[in-house]
Amino acid sequence: MIVELGHFALILALMVALVQSTLPLWGAHRGDARLMALAGPAAGMQLLLVGWSFAALTWAFVTSDFSLAVVVSNSHTLKPMLYKISGVWGNHEGSLLLWVLILAVYGAAVAAFGGNLPVRLKARVLAVQGLIGVAFMLFLLLTSNPFWRLAAPPLDGQDLNPLLQDPGLAFHPPFLYLGYVGLSMAFSFAVAALIEGRVDAAWGRWVRPWTLAAWVFLTIGIALGSWWAYYELGWGGFWFWDPVENASFMPWLLAAALLHSSIVVEKRESLKAWTILLAIMAFGFSLIGTFLVRSGVITSVHAFANDPERGVFILLILGVFTGGALILFALRAGVMEARGVFSLVSRESALVANNILLTVAAFVVFVGTIWPLVGTMLLGRDLSVGEPFFNAAFSPFMVALALILPPGAMLAWKRGSIARSLRSLAPAAVLALALAALAWAMQTGRTALGPVGLMLGAWVAFGALTDLWARTGREDVGARFARLARLPRADWGKATAHFGLGVTIFAVSAMLAWKIEDIRVVQEGESFPLGSYTVRLDKVEEVEGPNYSSTMGTMTVAKGGVPIAVLNPEKRFYPVAQMPTTEAAIDYGFTRDLYLVLGDRQKSGGWAVRSYIEPFANWLWGGAILMAFGGILSLSDRRYRVAAGARRQDLAGVPAE
Amino acid sequence: MTSLKSRWGGTPPYILALFLMLSPAWAVQPDEMLADPALEARARAISREIRCPVCQGETIDDSNAPISRDLRLIIRERLVAGDSDTEVVDFIVARYGEGVLFKPRAEGVNLVLWLAGPALLIAGIAVAVAAGRRRASTEATLSAEEEARLREILKQ
Repeated sequence: MIVELGHFALILALMVALVQSTLPLWGAHRGDARLMALAGPAAGMQLLLVGWSFAALTWAFVTSDFSLAVVVSNSHTLKPMLYKISGVWGNHEGSLLLWVLILAVYGAAVAAFGGNLPVRLKARVLAVQGLIGVAFMLFLLLTSNPFWRLAAPPLDGQDLNPLLQDPGLAFHPPFLYLGYVGLSMAFSFAVAALIEGRVDAAWGRWVRPWTLAAWVFLTIGIALGSWWAYYELGWGGFWFWDPVENASFMPWLLAAALLHSSIVVEKRESLKAWTILLAIMAFGFSLIGTFLVRSGVITSVHAFANDPERGVFILLILGVFTGGALILFALRAGVMEARGVFSLVSRESALVANNILLTVAAFVVFVGTIWPLVGTMLLGRDLSVGEPFFNAAFSPFMVALALILPPGAMLAWKRGSIARSLRSLAPAAVLALALAALAWAMQTGRTALGPVGLMLGAWVAFGALTDLWARTGREDVGARFARLARLPRADWGKATAHFGLGVTIFAVSAMLAWKIEDIRVVQEGESFPLGSYTVRLDKVEEVEGPNYSSTMGTMTVAKGGVPIAVLNPEKRFYPVAQMPTTEAAIDYGFTRDLYLVLGDRQKSGGWAVRSYIEPFANWLWGGAILMAFGGILSLSDRRYRVAAGARRQDLAGVPAE
Repeated sequence: MTSLKSRWGGTPPYILALFLMLSPAWAVQPDEMLADPALEARARAISREIRCPVCQGETIDDSNAPISRDLRLIIRERLVAGDSDTEVVDFIVARYGEGVLFKPRAEGVNLVLWLAGPALLIAGIAVAVAAGRRRASTEATLSAEEEARLREILKQ
């Protein structure tokens, strides 16, 4: 009964979304206040209905209602509660319902907190948001209905792979979706502005927080996925340039570009048309990501042929929304003249360079991701694109971005001086070069990657600190420290996020350049050197887990004869799923992780053992956390909380300047 | 794969891809490795750029499929026989096709893949510079109008 009510609520939500996407739009066109006022309550109602629908599906999972097809194929009575709940979005149908729920949450948030939006713009934004809802709810109901009943329910479910029952993976999809769908807000604002034919500073101020929030969620989601791959997959790697990873990375790059270009719209009323285009593309890439992952077209062209209905439907959504918005853009972009002029050397130009590099980087990822598909479908050739390609073709743009970031971030608006911003960055440059030289002298191999990565990372990180310090004025040190605490949160957010990017750049290059790997056969009781450590395989024993049997090694790591860690790498076998797994044992450290993996027993006796020293692994996640935290700091800036009043003050403040 | 398909039929492809990746990470085995560290390092570098012919998106360095082991052994055989790195790669491509290369060769139609980024970069810079010029020229021509507006604003 509850399930049927959930199903019914979803259909009702579709009807409400239909109303939300049409009448307010008509009302905004006609200037009919009553029709426009429909949008807010409709958005709230949509959230209630989709929320109820989602709750009903969750209820079905929690109570293990095996009359539902989705529950049967993705759950089991004995599964822990956390994973029964995460099982709701651990499948195609449920994850799309989550998609629609998040969409409804964003729509309702505009209705609730958008009190300061002009009535007309608000009605149009909510109508576009409603239209996206219509498309995805149709997709859900027509091709992927999670409320499908089985005529003959089985006694128990087929379970989810035990390995996917992991806290990191349980929360990875919701964060990614909050990011993907968050970009729909930027899209809705862009389309509404195109219909309106007007983009001003206030528009930039309304779009930016949504983009920032979406980017923060994407950052957290990607970092969670990468961390999970690192500790769970047992390769010691953290990023595989897998199509699924790329699908989340492209929107992240474009969201980063968008949140920078909307600053220019907000502060300088320039780059308007470009920002609109970027907003359309950012959401377009979210849809492309959804298409690539959901249609199965990437895993295998045949998987797509097996289930063309879903793939074609998403392709249709992608075509209608991105294509429609681009046509609208082509018709209306000319209306939006830029007001703020700027010279070639200015903060605006630096942000344009940032945008070009991020967009090109996203484009390289896109072409690399679809190239195998192009090869099979258009060229009739079997082509592969993987990590070596991306390392060669993607990295140069990131290097260029890191090089221009510190001076660009310190340039003045409108007309700046490169010489001046480079002068204040001299200490950061010297420090970065000194660190790189030190690393070059200390490292054993002759790879340039490590020192260069360290130099770039330090340049970006110290540049961010220099930027923050420069904001405190020119008085004595005490007064500057006092001002530091009073700087707007947006300044702190900018510095924190840029600092985090520097840390991430350093950590990525350190892990790629200085990772130590050792593969060998070890007898029980035998020791072997690993970098400056000694690892001893004490014993290997059979252990029974709750729902698996395990071959567990006990290994002692010592440094200079002093034991520092006892680690237990495992090989597990899950009899229900008939699946063997490796569980790496990791000793986390500030400057390095020790990463041990136990392999097969060798015919000659002894065990295969694979061990890594992963330098600065924790800095990678630390950098991502700093970037996300920087975004949150910016988001909490006073400016966004008082956006309504600030707009009026701005207008009044113009003559005084 | 067929058994996977039936058992995990309702599972989204990306989860399936994860299943495949989740199989025990037993790539390079100790008994395959060459005694000469320099040769072994070259073998590893090559095998990180070759795709396992029967897997999705896995290098033969990471894969534990039997054919990947064979390929790893072939690489080491050729290296011991004195082949250069390019000769080894050519040897494998000649037998398994260009699809095993994770970094497609920058020739023929693959130039599109390689030049897509640089081409867009140049186009982007050109558009930005052109827009900048246009902006600068409108600044010059509008100055009279702007002056009028400035006077108007100052009067208020």
